[in-house]
Amino acid sequence: MSSQTTKSPYWQGVRDGAPFTLVIVPFSMLFGVVGTETGLHIAETMAFSVLVIAGAAQFTALQLLTDNAPTLIALVSALAVNLRMAMYSASLTPWLGAAPLWQRAVAAYFTVDQSYACAVVRFEQEPRWTVPERMAYFFGVVTPICPLWYIFTLTGALVGTAMPGGLPLDFALPITFLAMIGPMLRTPAHLVAALTSVTLALMLAGLPYNLGLLAAGLAGMIAGAQAEVLLERHRAGRT
Amino acid sequence: MIDGPALWLFIAALGAGTFALRFVFLGLVGNRPLPAWLLRHLRYTAVAVLPGLVAPLVVWPAATGGTPDAPRMAAALVTLALGYATRNVILAISAGALTLFAGLALLA
Repeated sequence: MSSQTTKSPYWQGVRDGAPFTLVIVPFSMLFGVVGTETGLHIAETMAFSVLVIAGAAQFTALQLLTDNAPTLIALVSALAVNLRMAMYSASLTPWLGAAPLWQRAVAAYFTVDQSYACAVVRFEQEPRWTVPERMAYFFGVVTPICPLWYIFTLTGALVGTAMPGGLPLDFALPITFLAMIGPMLRTPAHLVAALTSVTLALMLAGLPYNLGLLAAGLAGMIAGAQAEVLLERHRAGRT
Repeated sequence: MIDGPALWLFIAALGAGTFALRFVFLGLVGNRPLPAWLLRHLRYTAVAVLPGLVAPLVVWPAATGGTPDAPRMAAALVTLALGYATRNVILAISAGALTLFAGLALLA
């Protein structure tokens, strides 16, 4: 990706976020449909999408509430699905930590899988960006994603039927994430981190509350960091 | 299922809890320097969490009821390989989607 474009960081963000429309529109529409089918008022369905703004957790919460699980269990389970957001928050801190508190608070609200993934890739590619430029990029990514999340939750809740059948939209999420993961694999240490995480995520997929992903993610981070240290030591030993 | 004020309280608590998770480091640590060992681990957050998130969705797709599916597997491999080789996200997404459509059409 060329960095000599005249595009502002904000518009680069908009462009990088745009492909995720493919994921956001059907996913949020489905949430709206399921909300209405479950008997939620439109305001309640919308409150989920606006206050929580995290698809997997919203579906988890709604599913457990429909099954009449204890409210506290439903709450803890949905929050567990979102624990990875704390990892994203930590990972963004070295890049955005110097911004004003209100900007960090707004960015925190808009930290979703897609905005986080785009941001860390681009921040590493553009190490000379200032903090305001990074913030502008982050909000650029969010622009084509989060408003659509609200709008299509509402559309789904009002219309009551999901996207036309026949399109394999179920696979839009894996494809858009895989397309982002490819460029992230820049060093052997990145590969070690990814392979460790994939192996553990598949082995632990049966664990409740999304805990398999958390364990896989933490193990991947440790493996990557250790591989980095070992590779550096190896390189230093040679010279 | 709960409704009325109890449901609103639930939604508000889930919203507040989720925001707290997103805010905890970015908001509270802010500009304070982080130790080198922690930074080294944080560099691998994205590349550790996202593949772990996607892997079960690829191997056991929800659309097939969790049965491994050749068109989806092929689409995943094409997307990942092109993303890795070209670093072009949009090209990788397009090629992956085409592979999926072609694979599903062939098997239909």
